[in-house]
Amino acid sequence: MSISKAYLSDIRERAEGAKGKKAALGPDIDLSRYSQHIERERIESLEGLSQQAREAATMAGIDVKEETRSGSYIQVDHSVVYERLNRAYEGKLEIMSTTEALKRFDWLGDYYWKAVPVDQDKYTAQAEINMTHGYFIRVLPHQKLDYPVQACLMVAESHVSQNVHNMIIVEEGAELQVITGCTLSKIDAEGIHIGVSEFYVKKGGKLSFTMIHNWADNFHVRPRTAVVVEEDGMFFSTYVLLKPVKSIQMFPAAYLKGNRASAKFNAILYGLKDSYIDIGSRIVLEGEDTRGESIARTIAADESVIYSRGDLIAKTKEYCIAHLDCRGILFSTRGRIYAIPQLISDGASKAELSHEASIGPIAEEQVEYLMSRGISREDAISVITSGFLNLDIPYLPQFLDRNIKEVIKATAKESM
Amino acid sequence: MQEMLRAEDLWLSLGKKQVLKGVNFSMNYGEVHMLFGPNGAGKTSFIMALMGFPKYRVDQGKIYFKGEDVTEKDIYERAKLGMGISFQRPPTVRGVTLRKFTELILNGKGREEIMGIAERLNLLGHLDRGLNEGFSGGEMKRSELFQLMVQRPDLVFIDEPESGVDLENIALVGDAINSLLGKDKVKDPKRSAIIITHTGYILDYVNADKGYIIFDGGLLCGGNPRDILSEIKKHGYGRCIECR
Repeated sequence: MSISKAYLSDIRERAEGAKGKKAALGPDIDLSRYSQHIERERIESLEGLSQQAREAATMAGIDVKEETRSGSYIQVDHSVVYERLNRAYEGKLEIMSTTEALKRFDWLGDYYWKAVPVDQDKYTAQAEINMTHGYFIRVLPHQKLDYPVQACLMVAESHVSQNVHNMIIVEEGAELQVITGCTLSKIDAEGIHIGVSEFYVKKGGKLSFTMIHNWADNFHVRPRTAVVVEEDGMFFSTYVLLKPVKSIQMFPAAYLKGNRASAKFNAILYGLKDSYIDIGSRIVLEGEDTRGESIARTIAADESVIYSRGDLIAKTKEYCIAHLDCRGILFSTRGRIYAIPQLISDGASKAELSHEASIGPIAEEQVEYLMSRGISREDAISVITSGFLNLDIPYLPQFLDRNIKEVIKATAKESM
Repeated sequence: MQEMLRAEDLWLSLGKKQVLKGVNFSMNYGEVHMLFGPNGAGKTSFIMALMGFPKYRVDQGKIYFKGEDVTEKDIYERAKLGMGISFQRPPTVRGVTLRKFTELILNGKGREEIMGIAERLNLLGHLDRGLNEGFSGGEMKRSELFQLMVQRPDLVFIDEPESGVDLENIALVGDAINSLLGKDKVKDPKRSAIIITHTGYILDYVNADKGYIIFDGGLLCGGNPRDILSEIKKHGYGRCIECR
């Protein structure tokens, strides 16, 4: 049974009404420029991706051999080209496109566009009106998977607007890790990726979500993410942006609805060329004894501009605690970093909210300390920068880790 | 004995303050020298300048190491030539773990050696912590010596090895210094050290060949370090004015 037509009709009507609504933040994008519709054929295995696409996927954290993955979902432009569930998890885990899930599950009306408002802005409206799939991942109650599920959303052609709607449901007591790589296989492609993501972590569930964005100079990105966490649930997000992007604006929110729910956002942002990066995280503490932590590490090189935002909003009358830690390093005199932390206590007299924000250079004292042990100046800056960014991300392939360090080394050298 | 380090007519300033005024100093391979002196006399500035920290500016004079003029060489170049330093208060470097850093010093080799030295210095539990992050005074000293034992410099500057270390751990620090200098072995007598001490406790564990007092911009009283310490204990640094 599919989702109710009346509900979908109401959603569509609201989306139509928001088609011209500019977003509150970030440069406005003329979506009419990106009207190409590209369908791709399905592949039998990830080895079936073109060399270029395979490399791009790999650099976005995708394991093309799938040896350490519970399942995979791959989308290129407007087509789902590959879905695979490790046999060991049949009956425990579901992976499919959201379009397929909407046809199969009538109960999805309780989740679809319930965390992110469809009429938030023109980008959410576009994702509804011109939806081009997106992944649906659900772990059944009390199931714990040994390896992460991986999802890759790739754009391979120019003037495409990829409008995906992703949904993750971690049922009661279940645990899931997801690695998502969003990337371009055509490096000079001009276009936009709109990614609506609605995640639900049920009672006692755990979701660890790692997203690696590898875009390019002419590409716009507008993710719209909201996570609802129930009682004793945990959400842990790691976001990595280490390649140039024309513009990206996102402000994912975690709503800690249940008592003792917790959320942690960890963002690693490396601004290159003339990238415009406006990224934040918002934690809304609604249940009692809820906990939140938001960490952002930003480096602005070249002419990049980075807005690093963080909102902690306490709404419970009972105890809750959250901390925001936002640090930046400017590698270039032409770059800009705006660190904008915000704490809001909305009648939450027992809430403990705190933040620390700083922007400054790499301490010369630290560089000299490392040099005194026989480490070159260049290597010392690179090591300190990697340490600052805290790049020890679980399940990140080693060569990707090496590649990131090479990027750091190259830009750190320029900053000296 | 062959000369390892020589400073000629060294004039040194820190900010606007003239710290050293024409110091001459030399030491041979395998020797250990102790530096005494009141607070602010310039002991730390002297070894930091020898190591090449640019904040400690050499206004005049030359520094020779292993026969080579290193006055214009940077910290990294001097470290590569065989100098090393144990800081009194090393900086905290978050995100760079002690394990990662020592592996980097060894260029990715000798992981077993690292574990062995860490165990010896009771630092196994600190390997995955950021450099000096939340370390106590004693832990910092042990961590400094640990890094130097991995680096294996020929000449090591040690700034107040006993400060912040409880009595129980001073012997451990003393053993580590002896090991660093190869004094616990019959062979390898060529490593040298300049050690700054306020209390002289370290002399109970480490044999030193010579001692000096840094006072009023000069290097005074070159002699037996135990005798110098005994004089300081009796008369303080007041008598240095007479020598000056």
